[in-house]
Amino acid sequence: MGVISIIFTAMLADNIVLSQFQGICPFLGVSKKSDTALGMGFAVMFVMAISSIFTYMVYHYILIPVGIEYMRTMAFILIIASLVQMIEMVIKKYSPTLYTSLGVYLPLITTNCAVLGTANSAIDIGYNLINTFALSIATGVGFLIAIFILSGLRDKIDKTDIPKCFKGFPITLIAASIMALAFAGFSGMFS
Amino acid sequence: METLRDKDTFLNGLIKSNPDFVLVLGMCPTLAMSTNLLQGFAMGIATTFVLIFSNIFISMLRKVIPDKIRIPCFIIIISTFVIIVELVMRKYFPDLYSTMKAFISLIVVNCIILARAESFASCNKVKDSAIDGFSMGLGFTLSLSALGFIRELITSGTVLGLSIFNNFPQMLGTSSKAMGFIVLGLSMAAFNQIRIKNSKKKAGVK
Repeated sequence: MGVISIIFTAMLADNIVLSQFQGICPFLGVSKKSDTALGMGFAVMFVMAISSIFTYMVYHYILIPVGIEYMRTMAFILIIASLVQMIEMVIKKYSPTLYTSLGVYLPLITTNCAVLGTANSAIDIGYNLINTFALSIATGVGFLIAIFILSGLRDKIDKTDIPKCFKGFPITLIAASIMALAFAGFSGMFS
Repeated sequence: METLRDKDTFLNGLIKSNPDFVLVLGMCPTLAMSTNLLQGFAMGIATTFVLIFSNIFISMLRKVIPDKIRIPCFIIIISTFVIIVELVMRKYFPDLYSTMKAFISLIVVNCIILARAESFASCNKVKDSAIDGFSMGLGFTLSLSALGFIRELITSGTVLGLSIFNNFPQMLGTSSKAMGFIVLGLSMAAFNQIRIKNSKKKAGVK
């Protein structure tokens, strides 16, 4: 599979949130306003891209030679947690403006399963480094698209009169289901 | 008195703060693994196991773990149990493992476990934490199984693989994914409705 096809599949047809159900928590939790949704989306994309390179390196150059592939889960989550911490410090030092816009969301990314899930699936499929990087960037963009669209939808939903029991998460989930149907239209397009 | 409190802790996780419908934590495995009853139940049991033992260990070590690096410490403890689950499932349930593989290792980042570790186990006794882990896990298992039952019935007309309706039109893979969101949304709304009614009833009595 070429890089282009990997990118489009991960971005649209096999969208991380709407088709693989990963990263639902921030998708539902941080999508109340468009600008916070954008901030979260960019932060996730950033961490995903960098962590995928590190997890690839650690898996292929440390875990496999030593023969402890079963420790993957623990190794990856530690890599992601420490990377998030490091990125936070670097951004704080060098780009205070970026820090004020992304800073709040960075710690939350550690528990975003999309990041770990992408690192895992790249290893499971057996991609090389370039494909892994492409996959994780495209997955990040897919997350950004999904969360941004949902934030726009929720903005409209807030202004409408809906039954009390549907307020909050239930109606958001139903909006997400319609989005998932729309994204399902992309399936089979790029493979 | 003591047993009454235990019962309270227990019921708390099951209904009053059910992880799926009230706290809305751990949505990713909820949506991804409730495609059928068996998968939902297995995922619930795996999560319950991790939840109970991570709660017990975190509660035991709560005075040793320094406050500043508590999150990484919690994550290491949790991931240890996730690896145990992974290895056990790969050995004894290879079929189930191969379909659930991606989400078993994602138990590590399941928000329920970290949330219970942070808000309950890190400031309560070992016994209470174990009960809390058990009840939260049971609440999670029950809601996953219920969702799995509904979704399996709707999308393929079967229960635990046995067909209930004859000539049931199979739903395509993509739309059965959208079905997950709809079923969860509707059942959450139903849960909310019951809660609203109950609170109204209580207010009326007063």
